[in-house]
This record gives sequence, C-alpha cells and structure tokens, in this order.
Amino acid sequence: MLQFLQLVVSGAAIGCIYALIALGFVLIYKATETVNFAQGDLMMVGGFVGLSFMSLLGLPFWIAFMLAIVAMAGLGMATERIVLRPLLGQPAFTVVMVTIGLGYLARGLVTMIPYWGTETHTLPVPYKDEVIWLGGEGTGLVISVEHLVIIVVTVLLVTSLYAFFRFTRLGIAMQATSQNQLAAFYMGIPVRRINMMIWGLSAAICGAAGLLLAPITFVHANMGFVGLKAFPAAVVGGFGSIPGALVGGLIIGIVESLAGFYLPEGIKDIAAYIVVLLMLVLKPNGLFGDNTTKKV
Amino acid sequence: MSDAILQLNNVEAAYGAVKAIRGVSLEVQPGSIATVLGSNGAGKTTILKTISGILDPQKGSIQFKGEAIQKRDPAEIVRRGLVHVPEGREIFPLLTVRENLLMGAYTRPSSDKDEVAHDIEAVFGYFPILKERTSQPAGQLSGGQQQMLAISRALLAKPTLMLLDEPSLGLSPKLTKEIFEIIVRINRERGVTLLVVEQNAHIALQYADYGYVLEIGRIVMHDTCAVLREKDDIREFYLGVKQAGVRGERRWKKKKNWR
Ligand SMILES: Nc1ncnc2c1ncn2[C@@H]1O[C@H](COP(=O)(O)OP(=O)(O)O)[C@@H](O)[C@H]1O
Ligand SMILES: [Mg+2]
Repeated sequence: MLQFLQLVVSGAAIGCIYALIALGFVLIYKATETVNFAQGDLMMVGGFVGLSFMSLLGLPFWIAFMLAIVAMAGLGMATERIVLRPLLGQPAFTVVMVTIGLGYLARGLVTMIPYWGTETHTLPVPYKDEVIWLGGEGTGLVISVEHLVIIVVTVLLVTSLYAFFRFTRLGIAMQATSQNQLAAFYMGIPVRRINMMIWGLSAAICGAAGLLLAPITFVHANMGFVGLKAFPAAVVGGFGSIPGALVGGLIIGIVESLAGFYLPEGIKDIAAYIVVLLMLVLKPNGLFGDNTTKKV
Repeated sequence: MSDAILQLNNVEAAYGAVKAIRGVSLEVQPGSIATVLGSNGAGKTTILKTISGILDPQKGSIQFKGEAIQKRDPAEIVRRGLVHVPEGREIFPLLTVRENLLMGAYTRPSSDKDEVAHDIEAVFGYFPILKERTSQPAGQLSGGQQQMLAISRALLAKPTLMLLDEPSLGLSPKLTKEIFEIIVRINRERGVTLLVVEQNAHIALQYADYGYVLEIGRIVMHDTCAVLREKDDIREFYLGVKQAGVRGERRWKKKKNWR
C-alpha cells in the first residue's frame, strides 16, 4: 500500500509537468486553432534561461524562476508576432509544420550557445535531494521536496490562471476571442494583441514547467521531449479547459508511474498512448471535452 | 457637407475577384432608423462590414460624424461610437450573459466600471429575460434571446450609430415584431441612430423611416418607407402582394418572389 502511494505521489508530480505543458497546448489551440508542437522545446529553453540566470548571474533560485518566466513570456509573444502572425490565413497544416520547425530550430540553436551546448546541466535548486517523511521517519511515506514543489507550484499556478480567466477583463476577453474570434473583432477587442498575449502566457507556463522539472531530469537540449507525453494529457483532458489539462496530466503521470513498477519493462513508455487510445474509444471528446462547436 | 451622421459615397467592395457591392451611396440622418432591403446575396452584409471596418472598400469613402472612417481598424470605429450587430448573432457561447455584455464594453476605459454596471441594468430594462439568465452560458439561450443579447452587447459600447444585420433571421414573426418594437424604443429613448439591413421588407418598412433597395450589389431605389410601402414594385417583389393587371414600369429585372 505504501509502495502504491509512493508511486502515486511521484506520478502526480510528473503528471503536473505534463499538465502544465498540456495547458500551454490548450491555450494556443483554443485561441488560434493551431497545435504548437514546439511547446516542449519552449519548456527546455525555459530551463536553460533559468539555469543561466542562476549560474551566470548568480541569482537565487526563486528570483531566477520569476525572471525566466517573464523572459519566456517575452519569447512567446515575439514568436507569435514575428513567426506566426505573418502566417495568418494560411492552412492549419502550414502553421503546424512551422511550429515543428521551430522546435528543431530551438534544439539546434541551444546546442550552439557556448555555455548551454550539448551537455547536461544541473540546476542548483536549494531543495535538491531533500525529502519529507509522512508518518514517521524511515517507516512512512517519503516525498521528495522536488516532487512536492512541483505539485504545490502547479496548484498555485493553475488556481491563479483559473481566477485570471474567470474574473479579469483581459482573461474574459481571451476566452471570448477563443470562442468567437469574429465577434471579438466586432466588439473592438484587439484580437491580434490578445493572441500574442496568449502565446506569451503559454510560453511562460512552459518555462515554469521546465524549471520545475529541471531538478529531476537535469537541463539538456532534448528535455523538451516530455512534451510528447503532454500531448496525450491534453487529449485525455478534452483539449479544451484548464481543469481538463490538469486532470489529463495527472492521469497520464500516475498511470505511467504505476505501470513502470507493476507492469513488465517497456510498458511505462507506451502507457500514455494506451490511455489515450482507450480514452478515444470510450469518450472521444475527452473527460472535459465540450460538444459546442466553435464558429469561424 | 450634409448633416448626415453616416454617408457612403460610391463604395465598392469585393471578396477576392468577386465584386460584392458596386458604387453604393447612402445617407443616414442622425436619430433616424434607416434600412437597406435586399434578398439573399444582394450585398447587405458586405455593406455593413465595410462600414464597421471588418472589410476594406476598394473604392469610395465612408464618413461617420463628418470624418472619413474607411480602412480604419474596427476597434477604433467602435470607440468612435459605431457598433455592428453581426448576422447570426455571433455571441460568445461559453461566456455567461453578463460576461458577454462586459465584452461589449471592452473599448470603454476600465475606469467606467460603475457606469458599465449601470448600463447593464439599463439594457436589462429593454430585455428583462436576459436579467433572469445573467449567469447562464449564452450558448444555452434561444435564438431570440441570443439576438437580444447581441443587441444589448452592442449597446454596452455606448454607440451613437448601431448597424443591425438581419435581426429577424430565424425568428418567428411574433418575436421579430417584439424585437423591432424594442429597437424602435432604443432609437427613441436613447437617441441611437440605426441602420438595419433586412430580407424581411415587410417588417423593416413598417418600422424604419428611410429605405434603400439593394439588388446584386447596387442601390436601385430609395425613398421614405412610407413611399416605398406603396410602390408597386416593392409590393409585388418585396411584400409579396400580387396585383392583377398592374404591370407597371420595372426598374430592375424580374426575379424570384419571396416573402
Ligand atoms: N467571404 C466571402 N467570400 C466570397 N464571396 C462572398 C463572401 N461573402 C459574401 N460573398 C459574396 O458577396 C455577395 C454579397 O454577399 P452578402 O453581402 O453576404 O449578401 P447578403 O448579406 O445581402 O445576403 C454574394 O454574392 C456572396 O456570394
Ligand atoms: Mg447577409
């Protein structure tokens, strides 16, 4: 039983990472009907940016974390403005190919930057290798602080995002633009600027995911491939909502963790896709999928 | 310089190679209700889109309150007091009724918060049913209620001129009548000038002051609605009144009848 709980907690922590990246996918998809396949790579760049703030500028972890998120928001907005906006009106396929290209570009460029390069870096977080015992030292549930931080920060981030979308004028305008871009245009909502901000938000969330994941997987050019697991998470959650992305991520993370222990070798790596296939058969719209079709 | 609030001069607009309106000129007097009548595909929506800046005209000028507004950004045109209620309502389906209304006020400064809350109450005065549904997602409203919401949302932008694209579309005659009566009240009580485009000539001619008839992208006739109502061509082609023996002069080619 203890073993099971242990696996659930570590699975949930990784699931939170999937959830954050999935959230990045979902935000951009809802706003622009484009799937950004460079989402995982944005996460990787976020890891490197945070690493540089800490190692090169000597900033403390939490300050580097905040600054990296801001920098990633800027990068996301610039990407929309410079690369995506000129493609407005092009077929979705073209745009998707461009985002795949952006991913390759990011991985390639990162290896060319002197300090970043092809090596694997350790992010010197203050809570490295610390653990907390629940229910008696040595006998209870052991939770690594790295996992705990991921879960706590994800919960905080998701809650504030939820409040932002629900209660602020800008947040509601972002939802409005996602639901009916034409109507937003008619009401004088600056649709293009809003889409740019959504890219910024999405990149910032991925940057946060990268920095949370870094203590576990280290920072390296290919760390963005976890994005491949976030995509199933988004699908399981219905590709449409904040709670959906969170629940989807948690399901994939926990199933993977349990499969890795209880099932034969190799199943772990395909567990996410098995879950997606099952989901698509049983509930094609995902757990939180809505049936309202989007106009325009 | 005329004292019209809106003036179109020889406006032409196209979708790629397809010319949708040709040399359209029209005027709307402040405080009045003007209408453009035309059958499906005549170019009514195109005229409105060109006015509100969604579509740029290829030729011609559009003056609103004496200033040229052609090729301006839609958001700027809304800020100047010209709002477009699009064909097919186009509400935000997953936002609540109240959130939809707030989005109508998006171009107003955020310092207007109290006034916006007050204005929301004021539009509920016109459409009490919306007040009962404030927290419901707009997508769950009936077609008529969505039309009411679309009109209310536009009112939240504090327009001096409101463009309405076929408010009767898909509504029962009774509901259409109700909506038009409220439109007239909004015009009288709030002094909002209205330009309504309609296929339903019967209802539009009943409530509007001045009318234009649009055929295949051209204005073919215009006069006060009182005069238009009595014209034989209009009666035959647009109001579906069959008049035995009266052939009359035709100003435009005979076409399919509809009601
Ligand atoms: N997006 C579009 N692309 C190409 N042609 C269009 C488009 N919208 C309208 N048209 C054409 O322009 C003409 C006028 O259309 P529209 O203004 O929508 O007419 P109405 O509103 O009177 O029904 C029609 O011939 C229509 O086929
Ligand atoms: Mg139309």
